[in-house]
Amino acid sequence: MKHSIWVSIFVMAGVSYLIRVLPLTLIRKPIKNTFIRSFLYYVPYITLTVMTFPAILKATGSPLAGGIAFLTGIIITWRGAGLLQTAVVCCAAVYILQLFL
Amino acid sequence: MSEQTADRSHVFMEGMRDGIPIGLGYFAVSFALGITMRNAGLNALQGFFCSLLNVASAGEYAGVSMIAVDASYTAVALMTLVANARYFLMSCALSQKFSPDTPMIHRMLVGYSVTDELFGIAIAREGYLEPLYYYGAMLVAVPLWSLGTALGVMAGNILPASLVSALSVALYGMFLAIVVPAAKKDKAVLLFTLLACAMSWLCSAMPVIAQVSEGSRTIILTVVLSAAAAYFFPRKEEEA
Repeated sequence: MKHSIWVSIFVMAGVSYLIRVLPLTLIRKPIKNTFIRSFLYYVPYITLTVMTFPAILKATGSPLAGGIAFLTGIIITWRGAGLLQTAVVCCAAVYILQLFL
Repeated sequence: MSEQTADRSHVFMEGMRDGIPIGLGYFAVSFALGITMRNAGLNALQGFFCSLLNVASAGEYAGVSMIAVDASYTAVALMTLVANARYFLMSCALSQKFSPDTPMIHRMLVGYSVTDELFGIAIAREGYLEPLYYYGAMLVAVPLWSLGTALGVMAGNILPASLVSALSVALYGMFLAIVVPAAKKDKAVLLFTLLACAMSWLCSAMPVIAQVSEGSRTIILTVVLSAAAAYFFPRKEEEA
């Protein structure tokens, strides 16, 4: 190893910190532009969706178990389940299905 | 306790409560990350600090994979940048959630751990972001994230595989709990999250595009679809 692992870790940390803190500290006023405001409003929902699907199908050993966790999650959140409840039910669904698959 | 103090500790406790499922999900994911780090040559202390200082699953994974091949510091920085670029978008969005008179110190502390999940629960709350809420969630989730990594480096495969694989959907369950209520309330969000599912699936299955890293695909799809949504369904002043 020519490069120090500790230095690499600090380089990573510096990049990770700056990329997050620069927008938070530099954008200090409400943005007036309707397009940018709308864009930023849609970003979280779309990015979380893209990260969830189809990745959830590959998260467990079986695409079927992942798919059923996905559908279960959608149904119970549509009916008003919260964060913790949804996480627990999705995990339980996968765990139980694995007993049969 | 004055009423204001009680109120503030209540907000903090709410943050800790919402941090629990996140922390448990983190623990499982970071355990797996720790195993990767062990293979890359990191010890438990390095794994712990890598997670404590970065708080980024894909970003750490990408950085550590560069460390594993003894890459230059520039390459490590670039890889971390690409894998974490979505946090730049999230922070831009989060900047609008702060009350304009929020002191700099809160912006700098919250910025330390903008993650998919913490960002998600912060966005899901009504009104301006309360830094205390964020700190509550952070104080539960980040230690579990770091500890899980260290244990993963040390212990390798202690948890039964079926448990690890069940826990690995916890984070996705939480994402759904953030997206679905918004889609139920807002038809534009519903339409574009359905589109996002379809396009994300297509991109992961199409021959050439599937070669593009998952991080880059996430960024490209997010920018394109959010821009389209903003163009076709601009938010009126009072709702945006």
